[in-house]
Amino acid sequence: MSTTTPLAKAAGGTADFFDTRVGAGKMVKEFARKVFPDHWSFLLGEIALYSFVVLLLTGTFLTMFFVPSMTEVHYPEDALPVAMRGVEMSEAFASTLNMSFHVRGGLLMRQIHHWAALLFMASIVTHMMRVFFTGAFRKPRELNWVVGFTILILGLAAGFTGYSLPDDVLSGNGLRITDGVVKSIPVIGSYMSFMIFGGEFPGTEIIPRLFTAHILLVPALILALIAVHLVLIVVHKHTQYPGPGRSNRNVVGYPLFPVYVAKAGGFFFVVFGVLAIMGATLAINSVWAYGPYDPSPVGAGAQPDWYMLFLEGSLRLMPGAPEFVIAGYTLSLNVLIPAVVVPGVLFTALAVYPFLEAWATGDKREHHVLDRPRNVPTRTGVGVAILTAFIILVLAGSNDILATHFNLSINSITWVFRFLFFAGPVIAFIVTKRLCLALQRRDRELVLHGHETGRVVRFASGEYIEVHQPLTDHERWLLVGHEPVRPLEIGPGENERGVARPAYKKAVRRSKVSNFFFADRVEPVTPSELAASHGHGEHDEIESAESNEGLLTNASTRG
Amino acid sequence: MVKALASARRHRFAPVVLMLFALLAVGGIYAVAAPQAAVADSASQDDVTEGEKLFQANCASCHGPSAEGRTDVAPSLIGVGAASVHFQVSTGRMPMAANAPQAPEKGVQFSTEQTAQLAAYVASLAPGPAIPDAEQVDPALGDAANGMLVFRTNCAMCHNAVGAGGALSEGKYAPSLFNSTPTEIYEAMLTGPQSMPVFNDENITPEAKRDVIAYLMEQRADDSSPGGANLGAIGPVSEGMWVWIIGMGALIGASVWIGAKSS
Amino acid sequence: MSDHSKTDVVVHDGSDPLSVGEKDLDRFPNPGLPEHKHRLSDESEAGAKRVERQIVILFVLSLLASIGGVVGYFVFPLDATLGSVRASTLSIGLGLGVGMLGIGVAAVHWAKALMSDVEQVDERHAQRSDDATRADAIQALKDGADDSRIARRPVLKGALVSAVAVAPLAFVVPLVGNLGGDWNVRKFRYTMWGPGVRLARDPDGGLIRPEQVTIGSVWHVIPDGLLGSEHMLEEKAKAVVLMVRMNPSELTEAPERADWSWDGIVAYSKVCTHVGCPVALYEQQTHHLLCPCHQSTFDVSDGAKVVFGPAKRALPQLPITVDDEGYLVAQSDFHEMVGPSTWERERYSDLPVSDEEKAH
Repeated sequence: MSTTTPLAKAAGGTADFFDTRVGAGKMVKEFARKVFPDHWSFLLGEIALYSFVVLLLTGTFLTMFFVPSMTEVHYPEDALPVAMRGVEMSEAFASTLNMSFHVRGGLLMRQIHHWAALLFMASIVTHMMRVFFTGAFRKPRELNWVVGFTILILGLAAGFTGYSLPDDVLSGNGLRITDGVVKSIPVIGSYMSFMIFGGEFPGTEIIPRLFTAHILLVPALILALIAVHLVLIVVHKHTQYPGPGRSNRNVVGYPLFPVYVAKAGGFFFVVFGVLAIMGATLAINSVWAYGPYDPSPVGAGAQPDWYMLFLEGSLRLMPGAPEFVIAGYTLSLNVLIPAVVVPGVLFTALAVYPFLEAWATGDKREHHVLDRPRNVPTRTGVGVAILTAFIILVLAGSNDILATHFNLSINSITWVFRFLFFAGPVIAFIVTKRLCLALQRRDRELVLHGHETGRVVRFASGEYIEVHQPLTDHERWLLVGHEPVRPLEIGPGENERGVARPAYKKAVRRSKVSNFFFADRVEPVTPSELAASHGHGEHDEIESAESNEGLLTNASTRG
Repeated sequence: MVKALASARRHRFAPVVLMLFALLAVGGIYAVAAPQAAVADSASQDDVTEGEKLFQANCASCHGPSAEGRTDVAPSLIGVGAASVHFQVSTGRMPMAANAPQAPEKGVQFSTEQTAQLAAYVASLAPGPAIPDAEQVDPALGDAANGMLVFRTNCAMCHNAVGAGGALSEGKYAPSLFNSTPTEIYEAMLTGPQSMPVFNDENITPEAKRDVIAYLMEQRADDSSPGGANLGAIGPVSEGMWVWIIGMGALIGASVWIGAKSS
Repeated sequence: MSDHSKTDVVVHDGSDPLSVGEKDLDRFPNPGLPEHKHRLSDESEAGAKRVERQIVILFVLSLLASIGGVVGYFVFPLDATLGSVRASTLSIGLGLGVGMLGIGVAAVHWAKALMSDVEQVDERHAQRSDDATRADAIQALKDGADDSRIARRPVLKGALVSAVAVAPLAFVVPLVGNLGGDWNVRKFRYTMWGPGVRLARDPDGGLIRPEQVTIGSVWHVIPDGLLGSEHMLEEKAKAVVLMVRMNPSELTEAPERADWSWDGIVAYSKVCTHVGCPVALYEQQTHHLLCPCHQSTFDVSDGAKVVFGPAKRALPQLPITVDDEGYLVAQSDFHEMVGPSTWERERYSDLPVSDEEKAH
C-alpha cells in the first residue's frame, strides 16, 4: 500500500467512483481485453466511422458561420472574391463566401468537410463490398447488413442536403432536377413539389429546410444507426478470415486494450490527418466559381457529387420515348424508370441479398468465419455484376467529361452505355464466376500436388519429374478448410399415397435458385482425395523430409 | 562484296528497298525545293493585294475564289469581317485539316503579318466586325463581377463556369479558354465561330465583352484558387475521382500497413 | 476438438448453431495456431529502444506541426488578397493534418512494433438463447399477457390500435399541411408572359429590337418587368426564354404556328421538358439546342422537337411579334405548361389564360 504512486492512487479513486455508481468494473472486465481479429480490410468500416466524426467536427465549425436563409443580399463591393462584388445573392451563399474568405480556417474547414463527405461515401461502398464478398452478412449478421445499408442511404441524403446548402448554380440546378423528378410522380407529384419547396420552385424555404435535415435529422439517424451497428459487432463478435487455429467457435486476434485502442484510435488520427491535408491542398466545391443560384444559368459539367452519379447516369441513359398521355394524365416513365425504378431495383437487390442467399442455401447455422470470394463463385459474380451496373451508371453520369477528355461523341458514349448497362453485368457475372472456379481448381491442384519447386529430377530409369514441395498443414488449411455448399435437394412431388405435396412448387423454385448458386462448384480437397493422388506413383511427390534435405544439398553443391 | 550486292539485287525485298529510296528521294527534293510561303514586307506592300494572293493559295479551294463559299463545304466569308479571319487564322483553326463542324485549334500556319493581310482582304469584300483595339480588350478596364454575370448567363453552359471547356453534341466541344488571348475571346464572342453563336454588340455590348475578358483573366491569376490545386476546375466528377485515388488510396495503404505484421 | 460444454447452447433438437461441417469425417483437421514469430523489439532491448525512439520522434513531429497550425492562425491574417487566404488555409491545414497524422502513425507504430503481438483466443457463444432461457422468456410474456387481461377482448385491442394509429395525425397533418404554402399547383401553368409583354435581355433587362438579333445570334430573354418583381426567382424559373435567329428558309414551321416567329426569329422556353434544367447550349450550325444536364437535344429549326436524349416533348414556343414602338413582344403566354411533365399538365393546357388567374 505504501508503494502506490500518486497516479495509481488517482486512477484507483476514479475507478472506485465509477464502479460504485454504475458498476463500471463489470464493463471493464468484459471489454478491456476483448479479442478482435486483425486484418487490414476490417479497417474500411473505420474509415467511414472516422470520416463521419470529422464531418461532425468540421460541420460544427461551419454551422457557426453559415446562415441558412434565402433572403436576397448584395455582396460587399470591397470584399473578396472580386467576381462577386456587388452581386445579388442569398444569405446562404453570402455566408458561405464570408466563411471562405473572411474567417481564418473557414475555407479549410469547408474543404475538409466536403472531402470527408466524399470519403465517407467511398469508404462505405468499399466496406460494403468487403462485407459482401466475404459473406460477413450471413447469419447472425443479416440485421447489421440492413443497418449498414440504411446508413448508406442516409449518407446519400446527408451529402445531397449538404452540398445544396450554399445555394449555388450547380447544386441549385441539382435541386431543380429533383423538383422535376418529384413532379413526374403520378397523382401527387405536383403537390409533393409544393410541399418540398413551400410553393413554386425555388421558393424561400428549401435552404432552411435542407439545413434542418442536414444538421439535425439525418445525422441523428446516422448516429443512432452507427451505435446499433457497433453494438451488434460487439454482441456478435467480429468475423475473422479463415486460417490455422481459427474456427467458427473462436475469435483469434488481439485485445482491445491496448492493441486496438492504439491501432483503431491511431487510425482515427490518420484519417483526420489525411482529410486535413487534402482540405489544405486540394480545392473542392469553389462555389464562387459557380455563382449564386439563379434559374437562368447552367454550367457545362453539371453533375452532382460522385455518390449521386448513378442517378445522374440513369437519367442520362434513358431514352425519352416512354412518356404517355392516358385520359388526359401524363405518365412520365422516361423519368420515373431511371429515377425510381432502376435505383429501386439495384438497392433492393443489395438490401435483401443476405435473405435471398440464406433461402437458397437453407443454412440456419451461424457463420463467423469469412469466405474467400473464390469459394463462393456465384455470390462473387452477382456482386461484381451489381458493381458493374453501378459503375456503368456513374460513368454514364460523367459522359460529357468523358467526351471532352477522350475526344468522343457524347451521343456515341450514351448509346454504348445503354447497351453496356444490360450486357455489362451479364458479361461481368460470367467472367467472374469462371475466374473464381478456375482459382478454386488451382487451389485444388496446389493441395493435391504441392508447390512447384522448379527442380527437375531424373531417375535412373530415365524418367524426369519436377519436384513438388507438399504443403505444410498450415499452408494447406486455408485451401481446404471451407465447407462445400451443395444445392438444396427437393423431395418427390407426391407423397407415398400419390397426393401432391402442397409446398412442392415453392420447393422447386427454391431448388432452382439454389442450383443457380451452387450447382457449379469446386469442392475442397478431402484427405482421402489427397491420399488417392499419392497413389499415382511414388515419384509424383518426394515426401520425406530427409529426401528433401538431400535434394537441397545436392542442388547447392551442383552450384 | 560485289557478289553480295548482285545476289541482293534479286532478293525478294529489293523492290521494297527501292521504293523506300524513291520515297526518301522525292521527300527530300520536295523539302528542299518546295516553294516557301511568301514573306510579306510590311512596310510597303498593299495588305489587301497580298491578302488576296494568300487567300487564293490557301483558302479559295474551300471558300471559293471570291470567298462566296461552297455549298456543304465552307461558308461565305463576305461580311464576316477582319475579326473572324483574325480569330480563325491566328488560333490555327484555319486552314482546316479536314472539313468538319469542329475546327480544333492547331498549329498556326501564318505569321502575324500574313494573318493581318488575309484579314484585310476579307474585310475589303464587305463591311464586317473589325479586330478590336488594345483598349477594347484590356482586362484592367473591365468589371469582373459584371463579366461573371454575363458569362454565366451566356457562356458557362458550353465553356464551363470558369472556362475549362465542355462537351457539345456529336463529338463537338466548346474548348477551354484558359490559354485564349483577350483579343481572341473578344473576336469569338463577336463573330460566333463554327458552332458558337454570335454575340453581337447589341446583345453583349463592347463594355460587357471587356468585362467578360476581365472575369476570365481573373480566373487565371496565379493565386486564383485559394483553396489549393484546382484539379482542372472540372467539378464534382474529378473531385470524386481524386477522392478515390488519393483519399481511399492513401487510407487503404494505411490500412494495409496497420494490418501487416511488424518486422 | 476441445470440450464445448461451457459454450454450447442446449437446443432441444440437438442442433448446434456454431457447428459448420465439423461432423463430416473426411475433412482435414484444423492445424491450430501457427508459431509466434518474434519481432526486433521482442528479441532485444536495443530493438525495443529503437522503436520507442521512433515513436517519440513521431509524437514530437506531431506536436511541432500542431503548434505550427496554431501559429499559422495568428501569423496569416486574411486581407484583400487571395494569397492571404491561401496562406492561412495551407498553414492551419498542414499544421492540423500533420499534427493528427503524426499521432496516428505513432500510435499505430507503437501497436505494431512495441506492443505485445501474441495472438489471443476468445471463445464464441451462439447467439441463440438456450431452451431453458427461451422457456422462461415465453413464460414471462405469457404471465404478462395474463396479467394484462387482454385475452379474448377484441374490442379492447381494436380500440387500442385505432386510437394509437390516428393520434399522430393531429401532429403530422398540421406539419405536412403547412409545408406546401398555398398548395395551388395550377400556378405551374402560368408565366409572366402575356399579350404585349416585352422581351428583355437576361440579366440586365434591356429591351430588344428585331434588327439587333442578327442571324446566328442567341439571346437569353426574360419578360420585361421581371427584375425587381415579387417572387422574382419563381417567375424567372418559369419564364426564361431562348431566342435565336436563323435564315427563314431554314425554319420549318407548323402551319398553325406560322405567325409565332418574326422573320426567322424564334423564341422557345428555356426550361427543359425533361426535368427542368436551363437548356441553353445552342449550336449555331446545326440549330440544335443541347441541355447540359442529361443531353436532351432539341431542333430549334423544327419546332424545338426532341432529336436525342431523355426528353419526350418539344420545348414550348413563345409566340412573338413586334409592337408599335418596334420592340419584340410576346403575343400571349405559352400555349402549354412549361418545364417538366406533371401528372395533370394536359388538363391545364385548356385553361384560359386570364389576368385574374395570374394575379396571385
